[in-house]
Amino acid sequence: MDENGCGSRREILQCMAWVGAGVVWTVAGGVPTGALIGSAAAATAGGGLRFMQISDSHIGFAHAPNMDTPATLTAAVQAVRAEPGAALLLHTGDISHLSRADQFDTADQIIRGAGLTTHYVPGEHDLLEDNGRTFYDRFTPNAANGWYSFDQDGVHFVALNNVYDLKPGGMGNLGPDQLAWLNKDLAHRPASQPIVVFAHVPLWTVYAEWGWGTDDAAQALALLRRFGSVTILNGHIHQVMQKVEGQVAFHTARSTAFPQPAPGTAASPGPIKDVPPGQLRSLLGTTSVKQIRGQHQLAIVDQVLT
Amino acid sequence: MNARQFLLAAAALALPQHPPSAPAVPAPAPRALVTIDNFSFKAPAITIAAGTRVTWTNRDDIPHTITADGIPPAYHSHPLDTGEQFSMVFDKAGTFRYYCSLHPKMRGTVTVQ
Repeated sequence: MDENGCGSRREILQCMAWVGAGVVWTVAGGVPTGALIGSAAAATAGGGLRFMQISDSHIGFAHAPNMDTPATLTAAVQAVRAEPGAALLLHTGDISHLSRADQFDTADQIIRGAGLTTHYVPGEHDLLEDNGRTFYDRFTPNAANGWYSFDQDGVHFVALNNVYDLKPGGMGNLGPDQLAWLNKDLAHRPASQPIVVFAHVPLWTVYAEWGWGTDDAAQALALLRRFGSVTILNGHIHQVMQKVEGQVAFHTARSTAFPQPAPGTAASPGPIKDVPPGQLRSLLGTTSVKQIRGQHQLAIVDQVLT
Repeated sequence: MNARQFLLAAAALALPQHPPSAPAVPAPAPRALVTIDNFSFKAPAITIAAGTRVTWTNRDDIPHTITADGIPPAYHSHPLDTGEQFSMVFDKAGTFRYYCSLHPKMRGTVTVQ
């Protein structure tokens, strides 16, 4: 691989090792389990609802280490397509790099290739034009502000927008209107219903100095606390991170475009530019959360993604 | 005044004027430069004379904006891609705080004397 990364077909295959094809989720007994798409764990995951997550396509980005983000997104979508039995696809934001119509067009065309109903939330890179209208009209046409919910096979999915109306000095933001909506959306649901929340910026504070968190997430988490199975899927930080708090499991997905450094390990959260071929595999060092319902309570077990 | 108007105003100031009775060319407006590197404004705090034209240059591979604190912001640049610039003339004395609307932890101050 040359210093510019993922141009040729062979390079794309290598780059997919670290950009991350996506995550396949299997819900069995009301508990979602994650595995890297294409991995042995994904291939052997049992019945129940299955769905996919991809993130941070950044169509329009063309710098080291990835001069061809459409190619890596295409490879990710091909991997999604190869997973059998998926009911839907989630994209957790930063579809584009600069919110331009042609970037949205390119992403849309590629992602349609998955052949799956796809649910989107915006990243901050998607709301740069026209107060986000370009994004909302196209990707969340039934949700003017980008937050919405739906049910699939007994699982309640909640899409949150934490990248609008960002405050100076702050991090991600949900805002009072969205929190009021969330309260209403969850109010009448039984605590036994599995909940999957997806939003761009992590809903727990990964690293405040880089803004990797959501200022008013605690209010949303308070509304989710009574549920027995809550899985929160995010993107934004271009690396896999996981955390379990009680019955809530947090997971961030990799980017399909470029990796970002671990918190505090670089001068800034900008792209990791110098990805030596020999170290690509070492960037695969990711983990997953596996949740198993025990006899009397929800047991949560960490599992290494392979 | 939006960004385009600021740029037009700055361009108008820079036009040479040659009235017959006053051959001297007015001194160009003073300028100040701020770069964006590693998700930081450099320098994050600058002090300038009124009438100075400030130009920001994004040297990151990630876009950033120059957005005034306040709702709604008094000024807001377009998203600056790599190598792009945004300029503004500060005419009034005061302290003007701004941030990047994509990365709100990035903050800067322009003090106009």
